[in-house]
Amino acid sequence: MKLKEIAELLNAKVLCGESRMEEDFNYAFASDLMSDVLTLGEHNPVILTGLCNIQTIRTCEMGCLDVIIFVRKKKPSPDIIELAEDNDMVLMECDYSMFKASGILYQNGILPIY
Amino acid sequence: MHLEYKITEGDFVNAGAASSSIKKTLKQLNVNPSIIKRVVVALYEAEVNAIAHAYGGMIYADIDANNICISVVDKGPGIPDIEWAMKEGNSTASPEVRDMGFGAGMGLPNIKKNVDKLDVQSTVGVGTTVTMEVKIC
Repeated sequence: MKLKEIAELLNAKVLCGESRMEEDFNYAFASDLMSDVLTLGEHNPVILTGLCNIQTIRTCEMGCLDVIIFVRKKKPSPDIIELAEDNDMVLMECDYSMFKASGILYQNGILPIY
Repeated sequence: MHLEYKITEGDFVNAGAASSSIKKTLKQLNVNPSIIKRVVVALYEAEVNAIAHAYGGMIYADIDANNICISVVDKGPGIPDIEWAMKEGNSTASPEVRDMGFGAGMGLPNIKKNVDKLDVQSTVGVGTTVTMEVKIC
């Protein structure tokens, strides 16, 4: 699914990485625990998280994960967005809960990692 | 190539800066992306561990054509029971560390999973040295 479709489904605001909206992503992973995110293997899933700090970006940088969607109305600070931009990442924010956002993506064909 | 980075106790804002720098270096050296990921995930876990648990320390990285060897050397307090610390789910992390999304007791087991060779030496009151090796080819 194209990132622009994911953004539309979640009514999400794109904070950086607008130029990548035509790229396809087929998997998602939802967690507030960065230790879990660091155990992910391949597939480059979209990350759904309510953990909104600089380590969210660092964790995804190390895990080679390109797309982060902040749920539960979390608003990243400018330094968080800047670090994501430096790493050519896509950041979005949405007002939905983790459960609702995950459910919408699953219902529309996005696959779980396991 | 030899690289060194300082680790400052409790400096969560810069946690991952050394791992990020080494990732960029490995990319410039055209190291296979899957190997880069294994190295930096392991190093990042060790870096966060040292910032969260230790009184500061150093990261030493040596990269040659065949091997990447990284040591994270901290100034204590040391790990009383390494076998216990290596088990998934065991953690002594503070609430602050847990607020950052870590402290689930998965760090050392995840390091072990990502490297070809892991050595953890620790003396209570002196410090801990975590040495990781990943073969490039």
